[in-house]
Parts: sequence; C-alpha cells; structure tokens
Amino acid sequence: MFTEIGHFSLILATFIAGLQVVFGFWGAQRRHAGLMRATDQAALVSFALVLLSFAALMHAYIVSDFSLLAVWQNSHQDKPLIYRIAGTWGNHEGSLLLWTLILTLFSACLVLAGGGLPSSLKARVLGVQGSIALGFLSFMVLTSNPFLRQAVLPIDGKGLNPLLQDIGLAMHPPMLYLGYVGFSMAFSFAVAALIEGRVDPAWGRWVRPWTLAAWIFLTAGITLGSWWAYYELGWGGWWFWDPVENVSFMPWLSGTALLHCAIVVEKRDAMKVWTILFAVLTFALSLVGTFIVRSGLLTSVHAFAVDPERGRYILILLALSIGGSLGLFAVRAPIFKPGGLFAPISREGALLINNILLAIAAAIVFYGTLWPLVVEALSGQKITVGGPFYDRTFVPLMAPLVVVMGIGPFMTWKRADAAAVAQRLGLVLGITALIVVAVIFLRRGGAWLPYVGIALAVWLIVAAAVEWWERNGPRNGRWADLWKRIARTPNAAHGMSLAHAGLGVAIIGMVGSTSWSVETITAMAPGETAGLGQHCLRFNGVDVVPGPNYTAQRGDITVLKNCQDDWLALAPEKRSYPVRAMGTTEAAINSRWNGDIYVALGDEQDGKRVVRAYFRAYVPWIWLGGILMVAGGLLSLSDRRLRLGIPRRVSASKPAGPAVEPPNQGLLTGKEAQSS
Amino acid sequence: MMRWLFFLPLVVFAVLVGLWFWGLNPNRDPNALPSQLINKELPAFALPALEGSGSPALARSDLSDGQVKLINFFASWCVPCRAEHPHLETLAKETSLPIHGIAWRDEPAATLAWLQNLGNPYTRIGVDQKNTVGLDFGITGVPETFIIDAKGRVRYRHQGPLDPRIINTVITPLVQALRREAEEAS
Repeated sequence: MFTEIGHFSLILATFIAGLQVVFGFWGAQRRHAGLMRATDQAALVSFALVLLSFAALMHAYIVSDFSLLAVWQNSHQDKPLIYRIAGTWGNHEGSLLLWTLILTLFSACLVLAGGGLPSSLKARVLGVQGSIALGFLSFMVLTSNPFLRQAVLPIDGKGLNPLLQDIGLAMHPPMLYLGYVGFSMAFSFAVAALIEGRVDPAWGRWVRPWTLAAWIFLTAGITLGSWWAYYELGWGGWWFWDPVENVSFMPWLSGTALLHCAIVVEKRDAMKVWTILFAVLTFALSLVGTFIVRSGLLTSVHAFAVDPERGRYILILLALSIGGSLGLFAVRAPIFKPGGLFAPISREGALLINNILLAIAAAIVFYGTLWPLVVEALSGQKITVGGPFYDRTFVPLMAPLVVVMGIGPFMTWKRADAAAVAQRLGLVLGITALIVVAVIFLRRGGAWLPYVGIALAVWLIVAAAVEWWERNGPRNGRWADLWKRIARTPNAAHGMSLAHAGLGVAIIGMVGSTSWSVETITAMAPGETAGLGQHCLRFNGVDVVPGPNYTAQRGDITVLKNCQDDWLALAPEKRSYPVRAMGTTEAAINSRWNGDIYVALGDEQDGKRVVRAYFRAYVPWIWLGGILMVAGGLLSLSDRRLRLGIPRRVSASKPAGPAVEPPNQGLLTGKEAQSS
Repeated sequence: MMRWLFFLPLVVFAVLVGLWFWGLNPNRDPNALPSQLINKELPAFALPALEGSGSPALARSDLSDGQVKLINFFASWCVPCRAEHPHLETLAKETSLPIHGIAWRDEPAATLAWLQNLGNPYTRIGVDQKNTVGLDFGITGVPETFIIDAKGRVRYRHQGPLDPRIINTVITPLVQALRREAEEAS
C-alpha cells in the first residue's frame, strides 16, 4: 500500500513539475501575480510529493519488501538497519530519487526563503528548476522506476555490494548530490538572468550563498569519498584519477571559480559574463558526472547500473538543458556590459587569474577523462589516461594557482598599491623560507621536488595567517581589543582565511604522502617480523571472527617502535560476504600527526600470509585540510547574518557597521536554516 | 565585435554531445580490449599433439594454407569453456570452418578425458602446457577465440565464451568476408 502511494506521488510530482515550468515562465512573462504564486505552490507540492515517494521507498527497504525489483536486487534481510536505509540510495533508481528529492528541496527552500527576490526573477528561477526536475522525474518514471513490482516473490534479496556497506559510503553520495544539485540553483539563477537580461550586484549576492552551500557539500563529499577509498579499498591510495572521481572534481574546480567570480559581481559589478558562464558550466559538469557514472560510457571501478538506453535519455536531457542554456548564453550574454573597471594589479585581477587557472585545471581533468573516448572514436584504439598525465599537467598548474591564492587577499579592490603589497609579501616569503629550511633540516634532505610542494603549501598557510593577523591583530599593542577586532571582522573574511589555509594543509598531506611514504609487501608466517621504515611489524597470526552478515579473517599484528619494543596492536580484516560471494578488505590504520601506519591483510600463500604495510606520510593532513575548507565555507555562509538586518547589539549603536541590505533577508535566513 | 566567441561554448558542447552519442552505441563494450595482434602475422610456433585425441599437432606453418580458420584456447578446468563447447561442436558439424584448439595450461590426460566426454570439435590440437604460445597470442584467460585469415594473420579476437549471438552476428559474417577476400586475391 505504502509503495503504491509512493509510486503514485512520483507520477503526480512529474505533472506538478510540468505545471511549475509553465506557471513560472508564463507568469513571469505576463507579470501575472497569481501565476507566479502558483509557481511557488507547485514547487512546494512537488517537494512534498517527492519526499513522500522517497519515504515510501525507504520504508520498502527497511521492511525488506522484496516484491519490489530494486529492493530485491540491492538489499537483504540480514543487513544491519543502517545499511538497509543507506541501500535506498546505494543503487541507480534510488540514487536518482535522492537526486530529485534534493533538487526539489532546493526549490522549496527558495520559495520559503526567497521572499526578498523580485517575483519575476524568482518565478523564472523556479521555472528552470522545475524543468530540471521534470526531466529527471520523467526519466525515472519512464526508464528507472524504483517502484516496479515483480510477479514472483523471492525469499530473500541479493544484498548490497559489500564494498558499499560502509558508513563512509552511506554518507558520501548524499553529500555529493547535495553539492551537484546545489549548483542547479546557480544554474537556474544564471538562466533566469539571461532571460531577464539583468546581472547586477544584488544578483551576485543572491547567487553566492547557494553556490557556497553547494561548494561546501561537494568539498565534504569529495573528502569523504577519498577517505572511503583510502581505508576501504585497501590500496593505500586516496586519489586515483578514476573517471568517477574526476567527474566529482570537475564541478568542484569550476564551482570554486564560480564562487570567486560571484564575489566580483557582488562587490564590483564586473566579470558578469564569466560568472554566468561558470554557473552554467558548473552545473553542466555536475550533470555530466551523473551521465558518465550511469551510461557505461567510460569504464571505471565504480560505474554502476550500466545501461546505454538510460544513458541516451540522460544525454538528451543534458543536450536540452545545457545546449539550451549555452545557446541562450551565446545570444544574450553579449548584452551584459561590464560595470566596475579595474587595474591589472588589484583584487579583481588576482581573482581573474585564479579563475583562468581553475578553468584550465578543470579543462585538463575534462580532457584527461574524455580523451580515451575521443581516441577510440577517431582511431578505434583503447587507451587509458592515468596518474602520470595529471602529474605532468594538473600538478604544475597548481603551483601558480597557490602562489596567486597567497597574494590575492593582500590586494585591494579596483587598484592595489604594488609596493605595499610586495612589502607585506616579503614578510610572508621570509617566514615561509624559515619554515621550509627547518623542514629540510629535520627531514635531512632527500629529493628536492617535494620541498617545492611543501614550500607552496607553507606559503599559502603563512599568507593566510599573516593577512588574518594584519586584519585582526591588535593595533598599537592594545591586546585587550583583540577579541573585539576579531568579532568585528566579517565572518566571510575569517572563512576565506580558514579555507585557504585548509587547502595549504591538504597540499602538505598530498605532497607528503606522495613523496615520503614507505611500503612493505611480504608473505609472513606467524612470529615473523618485517621492516617498515624505521619501525618493524610482527605478524602473530589470523583468527576467524563472525560478523552480522559476513565472516572475517582478522590478522593480529604488532608494530615495534624502532624495531625494539611492542608499540601498537593492529587488526586488519578480510571479510567475505556469502550473499554476494564477494570480499572486502578492512585495513587497520593507526593515525599519527606525521602519517598513518596502514596494514592490510592479503591472501594466504604457501602457509604464509601476504601482509601489505604502508607508512603513509601526512595523510591525516589531507582530511584535516578538507575539514578546514568545509569549516571555512560554513563560517563564510554564516556571515550572511550580518546583512540580514537582524537587530544586533553591537551595530545598533554604530551606524557605521556592515551595510544592512534588506532585500535578501528571507533568502539568507533560509539558507542558514538549511545548511545547519 | 567578439560576438562569435560567445558561441564557442555551444559549439564545443555540440561536438561533445555528438561524441557521447557515438559512445552509447550498444555494441560498444567499454571494457573490451582489442588484440595487439590484429592484422599482424603470428610468430612461429610448433605445439605437440594431444596423444590419443586423433587430432594432429598444430604449428604456425599449418595456418598459412590459404584457408580461413578459427583458433580456440581452452582448458578442461575452465567452466566457461564447458558452456562454450556445444557451440563449437555445432560450428564444426554444420560448417566447413576448420577449428583448431590450443589446450592451455592443462594436463594432457585431463584434456583428453574432457574431449572424450564432451566430444572433439577440433581439426588440430596443440598442447600448450607452459603458456608459451598463449603469451605470443597475448591471451588474458580462457576461453579466447581468434579468427585467422588465409595468409595467417589475426583478424579478430574474442574474449570469453562464444555464444550463438556472437557466432551469428560476428564470426560467420567475418569468415565469409575473409573467404571472399582470399578468392579475390588469388
């Protein structure tokens, strides 16, 4: 019964989304208040229906209703509850429903929070959102219906891919989707602006919180995914330049560019065409991500639900939405006249360089991901593009980007005083040089290239810290004012410092783990020891341990500090899941400030056990960097409070406080409510 | 002035959509690996015969006799080979296509028992216990099947078991085309 309600509301939601499109565009064109109000209602109803549908599907997974084809294919009664719930979106049909749920959620948030928006702009934005929802809902109803029944009732399900039975992965897709789909808001705003022919600072201010929220989710999603690959796949790596990883990374790169040029629109009324283009491209790349994962176009370790028929439907959706908006861009974008002029040496100039570099970086990843397909189309040969390509193209490009990231915040808007900036950068350079020399000394040399990477990362962190200190540090030795000064600085500025420093921290982790890791792979008999860098491992044996829906072989390994004293006990596991006849590797990881001791259990070989042990230098810094970037984003998002006109004790007496701009208040309150 | 530049993203996108549409061709398998040997002559080899099977031995010199032929790598321990076997039998009975077998990494006694049990579709059989010829062919596992043209060049490679769909849609048309090609050349 519940299932039928879910199925029915899915179909109904499709029609309501259609109405949302018609009402939105027609109402805005006619400036018909009633129709525009109806658009709001349609967006809310559509969200409620998709939510009901999602709840019905989740219910079917929780109670293991195997009369549903999708549940039977992806679930099993013995699975722990949390993975039965996560199983709702751990497959093609369910993940599409989650995608659409998030899309309609964003539309609903806009309705509830966008009271300050001009009504025709809001109606058009909802119209565009509605057409994306219509596309995906009809795709689901026609080709990937999660509510399909099967005639014969099976006794038990086929289970979820055990690799996916993991808390990291249960969380990872919703995060990524919140990011991907979040960029739909920027896209809808861009298309609405193209139709209206108006981009102004107010528009930039409306777009930014949505973009920032999407960026935060995407950053968190990518970090989680990388973390999952690191400890679950048991290869000891955290990034493989796999097509599916790349398709989440491309929108991140162009979304980062969008985030920065939206600031220029907001503050300086410039770079409008760039911003519109990045808004369209970022969402286009998100859709391409969905498309590539599902179509079987490229081979990947985690492509699931490979089906060309579905792929063709998504491709048509993609061609209509992106082709249409790019066509609109080609015709309408030339009418946007740049507002604020700026000198090459200025904050705008630095942001422009940053945008160009990010665009090139995204283009490189795009090229690397799709080049195999191009080669195959032209010559029939099959090639793969892997790490070495990106090491030679993407990584060197990051160097100038990081340098500019350090410099940019020191520049003023419009025209910067080059001499003054150079003087302050001299301080940053001095501190950086001292730290790098100390690091070289402590590590006792080695190859020089990693130190270049470390130097860049340190430069970025020091630059962020110095800039923060200049802005917040005490003047004339009045330390008592420090806290007051910090509180007075906009949260967006704190957020920027934190996020920039976070990237620096992550780069230290990436460089360190790539350059200074050591590994040992040996077959060991119980009692044997093997060396790992300066430490040693002793293999004590293997136990068989039952789990809820698997059995595990659990290794018992002791790490000896400097090969002398017993130090750490590690228990890596190899699990086998009888339902799917598949196994997973659960590495045992001991995280320390300067790296992870990472041990994975291999197969048995002539009475010995293959043990793979790594010292992964500085890997925790990568996750810490990701967390700092997310925290910086959240802090920046919370800055919006300042502009809301919510009464504040401090600013009440000081009219010179941050500008109070009422038009966007509703939008921003909602944004915060939704991000917390 | 630079108005055409605004059309650039659209043009690039259109090219990409064309490429993707091509990529969705249902007959294209993104995981398939083409053989490095396609259109190349095979290196010399000579494999011993399988004693007791009645089929003569297989050597490189047997392959450039002006006939189109099929080479099938198999093993008695290989389960997909068992699934493929009846289709090879049918192909051997119903067509004039010579089918040569290479018993790959298998005990000759086990191969023989397997063939006596299931039937022997092979014109010639070579025993490749040490994977020497398998390496030359670049096989990744068994079963694998190659079509060799009249001049002894590899023209097609199929990984995994043959089934009626592959035989009817790929193998048979290709063999006919290669035979015509050989006639025209002579």
